[in-house]
Amino acid sequence: MNKKRMQDQLITYGIVIAAYIIMEILILTGNLSSHMKGLLVPMTYYAVIAVALNLCVGILGELSIGHCGFMCIGAFFSAFFSKVTENMLPTPIRFFLAFVVGIAFAALFGFLIGIPVLRLRGDYLAIVTLAFGEIIKNVINAIYLGVDANGLHMSLKNSMELGLLPEGEIIVNGAMGITGTPHDSNFTIAVIVLLISLFVVQNLINSRDGRAIMAVRDNSIAAEATGINVTGYKMMAFTISAAIAGAAGVLFSHNITSLTAASQYFGYNASIMILVYVVLGGIGNIRGSVIAAVILYMLPELLRGLNNYRMLIYAIVLIVMMIFNWSPNVIIFRKMILSKFKKRR
Amino acid sequence: MSFLTYLINGLSLGSIYAIIALGYTMVYGIAKMLNFAHGDFIMVGCYVIFTICSTLSGNTFVGIIAAIIICTLLGVTTERIAYRPLRGAASPLAVLITAIGVSYFLENLALLIFGADIKSFSSVVKWNGVTLGDGSLRIQGVTIVTIAVSIVILIALQLFIHKTKEGQAMLAVAEDRGAATLMGINVNKTITLTFAIGSALAAVAGALLCSAYPSLSPYTGAMPGIKAFVAAVLGGIGSIPGAMIGGLVLGIIEILSKTYISSQLSDAIVFGILVVVLLVKPTGILGKKIQEKV
Amino acid sequence: MALLEVNNLSISFGGLRAVDDFGISIEKGELYGLIGPNGAGKTTVFNLLTGVYKPNEGRIRLDGKDITRDNTIKINHAGIARTFQNIRLFHQMSVIDNVKVGLTERFRYSGLEGVLHIGRYRAVEKQVDEEAMKLLKVFDLDKERDVLASNLPYGKQRKLEIARAMATSPKLLLLDEPAAGMNPNETAELMDTIALVRKEFDMTILLIEHDMKLVSGICEKLTVLNFGRVLKQGNTKEVLADPEVITAYLGE
Repeated sequence: MNKKRMQDQLITYGIVIAAYIIMEILILTGNLSSHMKGLLVPMTYYAVIAVALNLCVGILGELSIGHCGFMCIGAFFSAFFSKVTENMLPTPIRFFLAFVVGIAFAALFGFLIGIPVLRLRGDYLAIVTLAFGEIIKNVINAIYLGVDANGLHMSLKNSMELGLLPEGEIIVNGAMGITGTPHDSNFTIAVIVLLISLFVVQNLINSRDGRAIMAVRDNSIAAEATGINVTGYKMMAFTISAAIAGAAGVLFSHNITSLTAASQYFGYNASIMILVYVVLGGIGNIRGSVIAAVILYMLPELLRGLNNYRMLIYAIVLIVMMIFNWSPNVIIFRKMILSKFKKRR
Repeated sequence: MSFLTYLINGLSLGSIYAIIALGYTMVYGIAKMLNFAHGDFIMVGCYVIFTICSTLSGNTFVGIIAAIIICTLLGVTTERIAYRPLRGAASPLAVLITAIGVSYFLENLALLIFGADIKSFSSVVKWNGVTLGDGSLRIQGVTIVTIAVSIVILIALQLFIHKTKEGQAMLAVAEDRGAATLMGINVNKTITLTFAIGSALAAVAGALLCSAYPSLSPYTGAMPGIKAFVAAVLGGIGSIPGAMIGGLVLGIIEILSKTYISSQLSDAIVFGILVVVLLVKPTGILGKKIQEKV
Repeated sequence: MALLEVNNLSISFGGLRAVDDFGISIEKGELYGLIGPNGAGKTTVFNLLTGVYKPNEGRIRLDGKDITRDNTIKINHAGIARTFQNIRLFHQMSVIDNVKVGLTERFRYSGLEGVLHIGRYRAVEKQVDEEAMKLLKVFDLDKERDVLASNLPYGKQRKLEIARAMATSPKLLLLDEPAAGMNPNETAELMDTIALVRKEFDMTILLIEHDMKLVSGICEKLTVLNFGRVLKQGNTKEVLADPEVITAYLGE
């Protein structure tokens, strides 16, 4: 790997660590409101899933608008695991294993969904990822799971159908989801997860597999002719991306008292919100995703004083920024202004 | 007889999806973009009718006409201000994200003006409908009107596209924008017209949707919008008969699975069907096969 | 035994026989030209040889191994690399990364080693870097190593495509109209490059070309295709002097 890329990678870690230290100092000196403190973990897991989605959209070049579905998988499987083992394992080990479970299942679903999805192209692929995201959310909303002395019980109708013994416990209660997951997530762990995700994705990009993935993105026909296993590399990138989204889900579910597969968290709208982070941060620019996720997640909060107008302003900012960054005419105009400016100097 | 009732309800919901999907599919086919805000145009149309009919106690007909005019203007303006500057952008995602921005904008504007509470929408169809057989099969007026309207729209659109100069221009732009320009077709004008028609259809769909399901909120259009998009893809995006078939199939499956399987899982089933169809036919039921030339 | 041995190759698209009873035999080290009017089926032959299309009939053998039913990837691993008529580079990647993609299969380490940058990663990446630079030097692209492929001038894009194909260390190189869209200077340079590839790598080359100057200048043997069928085959001079070939090219 050449030096410039190495530096680039280190700068990304540096920014994240610096931001973390600043936040910790603000907390220690009492300069951060409890409301803002509560936003630190969500902000970080949105950065994590933005990194995951950028791997899929920017590096692999396949538009997914269902990534929050993988986050949902990670959230529910890990929360289920933590609920069942709550009194059996010490917290650090349990939380670590919760990550293993959440990531493994998200990866498994990513793999299984990837098999059919990655055969499709362009917008068709996008709409099917949306469909899978909605299917995951819907099915989880309909699942009832309980545990008693006889083992695991499952139903798709209601909690009564589970036929639990009196001392049995309902763990997943349909649309009510999972309540009382141990509150294991904190800002430090979230930042560590973000750093690991960045490490994995940036290293991947600078490896032979990463180059092959980008080759598939740029020209799959040429990639095949160059001996690159196009399907294999697509699956690889998609699965890793899903796994990282799953890790974000684990952070999510262990940071919330009552976990439900609600649209606002896991629906296509949520997935689209992440896509907005990725596009505004720069497609294929991993560091940009993190920065965009943090700024855009915080923006509505910073505009809180404006009350009802804040989402309206957010929408306008989004449209204006897209036109400013992407419009061919605006880009020419910008270059013109810039060159005039340079001449004067 | 109850199965028949559900089937007809499905047909009615499907017709609404079809009308929305027609707008989606035309815009996609001609402007080559996913207008994610299309569903929100529906919501705007509903609020216009609601305001005129319920708040100002105006005439229903006036309400519908006003909704169509306002939605058309909205579609054309949106295209001009937000989408056209991004035509030819380096990534097709740029205009997609902008459309999402427009969607956020419209939803939050509605939230600001009308509030988050759900308004009860009074049907634009005052006819009670018919009772067939020994009274066991009752078909509501709005159901019949919806199906009839969708058929009229389909025929009108087909005639427009195949029989008029403007329609031919649309086909040409859809086929090859560069070649169409060389043939002297005004691409900008054609795309504007497409947005106008698509948005007008959204207003009609909104009136019918809220008449059948009379609860109106700033998010009313979002889910039907997505479902209609699914319908358009299911039928083969870019194809007008495809949008119709996709919409009807989707509506029927949704109502039947809600009734016979699980209301909780009906959306999962609808999306599941889409996945299955695309796996068998990757470009939808009536979609053209695209093969990249090596 | 010939390096590439093709017999009775045929394919139809919707009733139209795009390639009909095609046969060719290329010896190791030969520079072979495939010519013919537009629509004669030349690129289709390339697509058949590289597994993009599966033939209805016929057999393709590379170095004695039957590759008729293999897919594109396997055929590349077996030893056929190609370039495309309309240049297909990995346009958002740097020049050197384009070549490195070609080296993917030859220099290996596991995915885990790649993600964690452990084990063989460093050593193999160093080798990859050296090998890629060596290739870039041969094609005089080493100064542009970090330039985005899409920012290269046209002639250099052609060269990079050949360099990438060579990175897979093929036995046979297929060039699809390498001089298309080039000015006379660029064409002359390209001829030098092709000669260099032959010398440097001892490469067997099959090329499709319209530029008769290039064909007669460097090809030893020619096959002329017309309406999907072989019209003439043999030494360049004889083939080009053949009245039938002249008619096919120039019309009556």
